[in-house]
Amino acid sequence: MEPVIRVRSKTVVIPSSNIDTDQIIPARFLTTTTKIGLGRQLFADWRYQSDGSPKPDFALNRPAAAGAQVLVAGRNFGCGSSREHAPWALLDFGFRAVISTEIADIFRGNSLKNGLLPITVDETISQWLQANPGAEVDIDVEARRLTLPTGVAVSFPLEAFARHCLLNGIDELGYLRSHLGDIERYEAARGIQAPK
Amino acid sequence: MSTLFDKVWAAHEVVAETGDAPAVLYIDLHLIHEVTSPQAFSVLKGLGLPVRRPDRTLATMDHSIPTSTEQVFGNVPIKVDAAARQVRQLEQNAAEFGVELFGMRDARRGIVHVISPELGTTQPGMTIVCGDSHTSTHGAFGALAFGIGTTEVGHVFATQTLLQRKPKTFAVNVEGRLRPGVTAKDLILAVIGKIGVSGGTGHVLEYRGSAIRALSMDERMTVCNMSIEAGARAGMIAPDDTTFAYLEGKPRAPRGAHWEAALAHWRTLRTDPGAAFDSAVDLDASVLEPMITYGTNPGMVLPIGEAIPDNRGDAVFAKALAYMGFHGGEAMLGKPIDVVFIGSCTNGRLEDLQAAAQILKGRKIAPGVRMLIVPGSQDIKRAAEAAGYADIFKAAGADWRESGCSMCLGMNGDTVAAGQYSLSTSNRNFEGRQGVGARTLLASPYTAAASAVRGLITDPRDML
Repeated sequence: MEPVIRVRSKTVVIPSSNIDTDQIIPARFLTTTTKIGLGRQLFADWRYQSDGSPKPDFALNRPAAAGAQVLVAGRNFGCGSSREHAPWALLDFGFRAVISTEIADIFRGNSLKNGLLPITVDETISQWLQANPGAEVDIDVEARRLTLPTGVAVSFPLEAFARHCLLNGIDELGYLRSHLGDIERYEAARGIQAPK
Repeated sequence: MSTLFDKVWAAHEVVAETGDAPAVLYIDLHLIHEVTSPQAFSVLKGLGLPVRRPDRTLATMDHSIPTSTEQVFGNVPIKVDAAARQVRQLEQNAAEFGVELFGMRDARRGIVHVISPELGTTQPGMTIVCGDSHTSTHGAFGALAFGIGTTEVGHVFATQTLLQRKPKTFAVNVEGRLRPGVTAKDLILAVIGKIGVSGGTGHVLEYRGSAIRALSMDERMTVCNMSIEAGARAGMIAPDDTTFAYLEGKPRAPRGAHWEAALAHWRTLRTDPGAAFDSAVDLDASVLEPMITYGTNPGMVLPIGEAIPDNRGDAVFAKALAYMGFHGGEAMLGKPIDVVFIGSCTNGRLEDLQAAAQILKGRKIAPGVRMLIVPGSQDIKRAAEAAGYADIFKAAGADWRESGCSMCLGMNGDTVAAGQYSLSTSNRNFEGRQGVGARTLLASPYTAAASAVRGLITDPRDML
């Protein structure tokens, strides 16, 4: 994973609450066996007409959305299915961070493992961001701080280990494998036979 | 004093969590399926790593595989090409990495969360994970079971552990007895309606109280299955004699002296009196009604006899109703439906099919209604056929299929057309979940079967 230190970008706003991962990427696209190219199918049913042409009203299709790396959404973003295809699709489209008042547990974990920042803010900040699409925001991972173009800066929760992994581009698998000795001792203590 | 969750968590900490790092948590059982495993196997291949514990890994196919008998057992190719590739990929990966696979034509195949309890591989006190959010189902046995992403599937493959922060605990206390015609599905929909679709975020729910103790294992699985629809990490029910009676004699349950030793341990898996939970909610089961959803998340739910709320000025609510083609103030009873789906890891077990058969016996589904009944596993399919339920379904005009996830998420071509109303016993009424533009109403197997007969949303107690 590449280190994720800072994201400075304009936002795009999808104000719906409870955006589930079936909306982020519908199940019919999960027959893929790779992670590549899922950005085309991001929000497919909100983004495209039945003939495949873009719906001009949808936030991601507006010219102002081009190049935006920060998605602002209503509360409880990423609920539902555990599909990691959701953060893969968001990242492939070009997003680097999602901001909401609440982010669902599994989506949050999946995002962090892929370098997509799940940022939770309070209702006041969320309302301001939703009312100001296109605002240039600055997300500082090290300081755990989100700064609005008004100069208002707020801290966001980010677990110490997740922050460390993001800043240093560390893959958790390497960390877990460094504990293989502990895992073997745990198995022996429980009487679980060593793997063949 | 500790909760059931605390006990299971503590027994699986390889490395305890600190301020700097999450716990390394041991995983007793890793269930995998064709949709969320291929990219994780690719990571292993890239790093030249084996699956560390194939003996604790079990694979099946459920999400993208067909349910038509010709495609499963005949010589008709799988209609969806990408799904066929995914099925072949899992066959190759399982063979290459030495993972036991219940393949498409295996008599033990079925929805991953249905077959593991049937086999007896799901046991009290275990940690169980799967790249599927409905892994919470296994919590019905007093296991700590939760859904994970594909990166974590790779972590479990390589190390049999996960990095996890300890979640908070949430007691869901349900006292009283469900009335006739009111089911475990109605109970969990009422819980979600009460705490909301994110009410459980960051928490593991423990369902407690006399109403929960009175449930069968099939019913407990329905309840725990939908914990994720309240945003919870997992849902658990303390194991008791109902649990032990279910497991005894299952093909992979412990036997003889091992069974006795397991029982002695399992009986300790309960929340100590006075142990504190971080949150709690109380429900009275004896006043619950059959429930039905009216919107686009499972928290938009009401007793079947009530009218849709009128939340004027709430844009998100209005968008959901517009998608559904409903208006505030309308009654749910008597609304026409086009499709009825009975199945899924929520309500595809034998008792669910028995409930549907009880209603459908001697009746026919309404003209113009399409009814799909998909057993949760091949084992349940055989049992339903032996019990005569399948004949009742076919005589009523329903389509009786091979097992799989099917129309719950429509990956395999079993879909609902745009604009159609589907009364479904599954777990999610999200926009497009059952097909682009499909409108899903979640309810119990009783309500689904009764509504199929009338072609209208129907209170099943009228037919019991």
